[in-house]
Amino acid sequence: MPKLTIDGIEVEVPAGSTILQAAEAAGIEIPRFCYHERLTVAGNCRMCLVEVEKTPPKPIASCAYPVGEGMVVHTDTTMVRNGRRGVMEFLLINHPLDCPICDQGGECDLQDQAMGFGSDHSRYAENKRAVKDKDLGPLVKTQMTRCIHCTRCIRFITEIAGVPELGATDRGEHMEVGTYVEKALSSELSANIIDLCPVGALTSKPYEFVARPWELSKVDSIDVLDAVGTNIRIDSRGPEVLRILPRLNEDVNEEWVGDKSRFALDGLKRRRLDRPWLKKDGKLTAVSWAEAFSAIADKVKGMSGDRIGAVAGDICDAESMLALKDLMASLGSANVDCRQDGARLDASRRDFYTFNTSIAGIEEADAVLLIGTNPRKEAPVLNARIRKAFVARGIPVGVIGSETDLTYRAQQLGNDPTVINALNDGSHPFADTLKNAKNPLFIIGQGALARPDGSAVLAAAWRLAGTMGALTPEWFGFNVLHTAAARVGGLDLGFVPGPNGKSVAQMLDGGVDVLWLLGADEIDTARIGANTFVVYQGHHGDAGAHRADVILPGAAYTEKSGTYVNTEGRVQRGFLAVYPPGDAREDWTIVRAFSQLMGKTLPYDNIDALRMRLEETNVVFSRIGFLPRFGCSDPAAPSGDPAALSDTPFTVAVENYYQTDVISRNSPTMAACSATTPALAAAAE
Amino acid sequence: MAFLDRTARSLLLGELVSGMGLTLSYFFKRKVTINYPYEKGPISPRFKGEHALRRYPNGEERCIACKLCEAVCPAQAITIEAEPREDGSRRTTRYDIDMTKCIYCGLCEEACPVDAIVEGPNFEFATETREELFYDKDKLLANGDRWEPELARRLELDAPYR
Repeated sequence: MPKLTIDGIEVEVPAGSTILQAAEAAGIEIPRFCYHERLTVAGNCRMCLVEVEKTPPKPIASCAYPVGEGMVVHTDTTMVRNGRRGVMEFLLINHPLDCPICDQGGECDLQDQAMGFGSDHSRYAENKRAVKDKDLGPLVKTQMTRCIHCTRCIRFITEIAGVPELGATDRGEHMEVGTYVEKALSSELSANIIDLCPVGALTSKPYEFVARPWELSKVDSIDVLDAVGTNIRIDSRGPEVLRILPRLNEDVNEEWVGDKSRFALDGLKRRRLDRPWLKKDGKLTAVSWAEAFSAIADKVKGMSGDRIGAVAGDICDAESMLALKDLMASLGSANVDCRQDGARLDASRRDFYTFNTSIAGIEEADAVLLIGTNPRKEAPVLNARIRKAFVARGIPVGVIGSETDLTYRAQQLGNDPTVINALNDGSHPFADTLKNAKNPLFIIGQGALARPDGSAVLAAAWRLAGTMGALTPEWFGFNVLHTAAARVGGLDLGFVPGPNGKSVAQMLDGGVDVLWLLGADEIDTARIGANTFVVYQGHHGDAGAHRADVILPGAAYTEKSGTYVNTEGRVQRGFLAVYPPGDAREDWTIVRAFSQLMGKTLPYDNIDALRMRLEETNVVFSRIGFLPRFGCSDPAAPSGDPAALSDTPFTVAVENYYQTDVISRNSPTMAACSATTPALAAAAE
Repeated sequence: MAFLDRTARSLLLGELVSGMGLTLSYFFKRKVTINYPYEKGPISPRFKGEHALRRYPNGEERCIACKLCEAVCPAQAITIEAEPREDGSRRTTRYDIDMTKCIYCGLCEEACPVDAIVEGPNFEFATETREELFYDKDKLLANGDRWEPELARRLELDAPYR
C-alpha cells in the first residue's frame, strides 16, 4: 500500500490506484469529465490535471496516473490552475453555450466546473463547429453539438450494457459519437448514458423541456417494475411525477436503473382509477366509497369463508397484502395467493425462494448456470452484475432455456428440464465446469417454475446445486430470480393458500364466489366464472378492472409509503412522492375501512401500527435495507420429486421487457420502445 | 430688548405677513404640478412598469422557456410551463405573471438571456378586478407588441451600462 502526500494530507491507498482515487480518499475533489469510477479510464478530457513533485515539470492527468510510494502531489498550484483554465477554455471553444435551452442546465458538470475554472469572457471569435444530431431511439435525445467527447456513453454501452453499439468516428475536432449506422440502442440499460453524460449532449426524450431540476421535489423510493428493488429517486412537481432517477446502492443496483423503471412513469397518468365503480345491470357506474363497500358487504355477509378468496398482484406493497390477508383470515378464508403466474414456489423455507447469493455476491461466482431465465429481460440491472463478473474474470455461463443474447458469452446447454438431471449425474459436458468451480451460481427463473412440473424443477435444481457444492455454509449458490416486486414480500407474509386453501388456479376455476383482486392483472380473467363476484382494488383500469363487479381505486407505488422485498429478500421502503388521484386511497386504508364495515376491524389505525404487525408476522421486516448473507445451513430439499421432470421446453417469463405490468402497459414511452425493438414489432404485426 | 422686538412682531402679525409673502413669491415662479392624465412627467429608461414579452423582428417570440425569471423571482409571481413545439424548439405553453404578487424589482428582466421579459414604461394598468391582474402569455405578448418601439429604445439607451 503506497503512501503519498496530497496537498499536505498523507494518505495510503491500494497499489494500482490512481492519483485521483487517492485524492478522493484524502477528501480532495479533483474536477473531471471523462473519469467515472465504474468505467475504464480514458484520460481524454484533461480536466483532472495535477502537479507531481520530481516529475517532468508539466501537469499530469491524475485519473490515469498510478500512485507511487512517497509521491508528493499538489492540486492547487499556479500551474494546475492555469492548466485547468486552459482545458476549460478549449472545451468551451466548441460548446454551444446554449444553457438556457439545454435540459441539463442546473445539473450540468460543465456548467458547474466552468463557474470554477472558466473565464468570464471568450477569446474565440471564429465559427463554432456544428454536429448533426443522432437518433438513438425513443428514450435518449441527442444534441451532439454539445458533446465534449468524454466517451463515457461509449464506455458504458460497451462495458456495462454489453451492446457495443456506440462508437466514435473521425478524430480531433471532427470526432463524432454515434451508432455508425443509425439505429435505436438495443440495451435495456441504455438510458443510464443520460445520467453519465456530463453535458447536455444526451438528455431524456420523454422529459424534454419539461422542468428544471430546481423546481422538483425529490423523494427516495424503491422501484417495483422488476424484482431487483432498484433504489430510485422520484422527482415530482405538484401532483405529477416528472422523472425517476437511480439512487446509489452498491449492494443492489450500483448506480444503474433499467429503462422500464425509469421511463414507465407516464403510464401513471393514463387510465387511472380515481373513484369507486360498481357494476349495476351489467354496466359499471361511478359510486361513492360507502356504496361500493356496502355492495361488497352485502355479498360477503353470511358467506362461508371457504367461498371467498384473494389474489395479490405483482406490484403490491407488503402492508396492503398483510391487511388483505388479515381481512381474509377474519372472514374465515385461507384462500389467498400472491403467485399470479402459478409459479411452483415452495414457501416453507425462505431460502427456497430468494436470491441467496445476493446481487453483490454474483461478483464472487466463478461459474453461472441460468435455468429457465433470461435475466437481461427479467432483471437488466442484475444481468449487468453477471456481465461485470464475466468481464472481470471471464467466468463460464451456461443457459438452460431458449437461445438469446445475454450481452455476455453463454453456453447453450439445452432447453428442457431434463438437462438439469443430466448435469447432476455428470453426463453433460458442462457438469465438469460446475464441478471444478469453487463458487458455482445457480439462478432459477420464473420460466422454469411457472409450469406444471415447476416444483420438480425447483427440487432438481436444488439437488444439482447440492451436488456441485453450492449448498455449503461458506457458499450459498442457489438462487431464485423473481420477476414480480411483490412476490418475495407476499411469500414472507405467508400470502399463500393456508390449510385447505385454494391456489390461484383453483380460485379462477370457480373455487370461490367472491374474488378480491389486489392489483392482480396478469391472471387470465376469462377463466373467472360468470357468477363469481370480483372486487378489483388497484390503480389502473386494466384486465382486472374490466372483469370487476366493484372497483376500489388504490394508489400506485409513487403515491404511497410502502415496504417491498426484492428478489434477494432485502426489505426496502419507498415513500410517498405525490398523492393518489381523486378519491383513490392508499391500499391498506381501503382494506382497513372495509373491515370496519364488516364489524371485524383490523387492529391497526396507522401505518406504524401496521408495520409493527408486519414485524410480528415475519421478523425479516424489521431489517430495512440491510441484508445479512447466510450460508446454507440446511441442505434438505424443497418438496417436489426431482425425477418427475417433463421434457417440455422452458417458456420465457418476460416476452416484452418494456410492457410487463399495468403501469408500463399504459405508458406511451414503453409502447414506443416496444415498437422500435424489431423482434417485438414483428410479433405485434 | 429682544422681548420687545418679539412682542411687537407678534402684535403686528409679522409671521403671517412673511408667510403670505412666501406664498406670493411662488405665484410668480414656474408651476411644478402637472395636469396628470393629460400631462405626464418624464421617466427614466430604467423605469420598471408593466411587464411585456417581446418578439424578434420576424415575429418569433423571444422567450425560450429557460425558467430563469421564474427561478429568480423573489415574490414567486411567475409560473412557466414548457414543452417542445412542433418544430422541436423549446417554447412555453404557459407564461403567467401574477401582477398582484409582483414587487416590480426587475430581476426577471435582468435574468432573461434573450431580453424577452421586460418591464416597460407603462404604469397605468389599474383594473377593476383582481382577476384582470393575473396576466397570461397572450396578454404579455400583446403588451410587447403594443410597446415594442418604446421597449427597444429603452434597451438601446440602457445598453452602455449593462
